[in-house]
Order: sequence, then structure tokens, then C-alpha cells
Amino acid sequence: MNDSPAPNLDRIFAALADSTRRAILLKLTDGDEGVMDLAAPFDMSQPAISRHIKVLETAGLVTRYRQGTHRLCRLAPDTLGQIEPWLDMIADRYRRKYNRLDAVLETMKPSQKGDN
Amino acid sequence: MPPLQLSLEGDTDVVVTRQFNATPENVYRAHLEPDLICQWMAAWPGWTMPVCESDAREGGAFRFEFEGGEEGSFTTTGEYITLTPSSLIVHIERMHMPDPAPDSHVRTTFEASGTGTLLTLRMTLPDAESRQGMMDMGAADGMELSYSKLDEIMS
Repeated sequence: MNDSPAPNLDRIFAALADSTRRAILLKLTDGDEGVMDLAAPFDMSQPAISRHIKVLETAGLVTRYRQGTHRLCRLAPDTLGQIEPWLDMIADRYRRKYNRLDAVLETMKPSQKGDN
Repeated sequence: MPPLQLSLEGDTDVVVTRQFNATPENVYRAHLEPDLICQWMAAWPGWTMPVCESDAREGGAFRFEFEGGEEGSFTTTGEYITLTPSSLIVHIERMHMPDPAPDSHVRTTFEASGTGTLLTLRMTLPDAESRQGMMDMGAADGMELSYSKLDEIMS
């Protein structure tokens, strides 16, 4: 159990606060890529791109895996894409249910308070 | 009432907290007694609960059927694991739309807080694949649609 999800969010936002890294993420939405291919559109050395990828990896936005002799990068959709709508759905559902529960509790008060 | 708070703990736990202006005993009972449950658990206007069965014993089962007319319908079933009066409900639940989704484990505590009750609900999320499947099913049932419609009405 992680008691402080905040640092993770900090890392995610820090990772996203760079246009090169956002461009890398955008490119990865088309499919997995090697570092060389990811570096191609940028006027940047491969080590520099590797450092950007490392930041994205640390934030949990990108995963790296080996395919033969190549190291490929892949979007980690869990971090951004899947948790958020799920949490929205849960929050929305409970917000509505509990608003209705307030009204039910109101009706219980006079007759049923202290009733065991 | 303070608004509902929702936070993610670790990769799999969602924690919801909400303050109620009622005793822990009444909030607890409203979660277990069918004639009370059926008045609030259908979250969306126009939806009803034609079936609301709750065998409120440890090991007892519950079955809630939700009917939303053109917006669809679904059923939630589950079992109570731990029941401590006015204080704790641990249960397992699953949605059927109509195929059963994986089990969710839910722990709800009721604590006296100020003049009311602080409810804390901790739900263990299904894995990413199951989540996506349930989202897709929800969307297919028109639930997403009704959410956005409601947002318009209530904003």
C-alpha cells in the first residue's frame, strides 16, 4: 500500500511539462518504437532522447522491453488512460447515491434514531 | 455537507470518504435493510430497483437489480463477509451486464464524527483489463450517456 500517491502525480506532471517528452508520447500512440526511431524527428542526440525516455519511464508513462537486439518503448496506458475514467465513474456513482442517501437518512431521524 | 472525496491508494485501492448528518447506526442500517437500500442505491434519476434482496448476516448474500428503461439494466450480486453493527461492513460484489464482471472487495466503515458520521469506503479495483471491459459495458448500456445528460441537468 502506497500512503502517498502525490509524489507519483508530481512525477507524471513533471514528465509531461516538456514538449519533447509530450512529442515522444504522441509518437508512441501510433505504436511501439525503438529509441533511434523516436530520436529521428528531433535535433537531439540519442543519449539526450534516452534521458527523456528515462523520465517518462520513471513517471510510469512509458515502459521499455527487449525484442531481439532492439530495445523498444511502449506507452503504459494504465497511468493516464485507464485509471482516470474509471475513477470518474466511481466518484460519480457514489456522489449520486450518497446524495440520495442523505434524503433517506433524513426520514429515519424522528422515528428510528437509537432504535437497535 | 462536505463533498465526497476520492483518492487512489497504491495501484489497486480506491478510497471514498463522505460525511453524513446522521448517526453511524442509521447510516449502517441504510446500507443493509432492503426497504432503505431501495430508496437510494439506484444512482440515476429514472432508474428503479425492482429487486432488492439483502440477507444481512455474515456469509449472507445480496442481489440488487437496477432498471433504467431505455438506458438499460444491470444486476449487482454479492456476499457479506464481516458485519459489525453501526461500524463496519466488508462485502464482495460483482456487476452482471449480463455476464459477471470480476469480484470487487469493498470495506465500508462508519465512524461518529462531529454530530454525524464519517463513511469511508475502500474498494479494491479489478485489474486494468477488467476495468476496461466494465467501462466498455457501461458505455454500451448507455450509462455514460446518462452521466453526461445528468451533468447538463445538474450544472
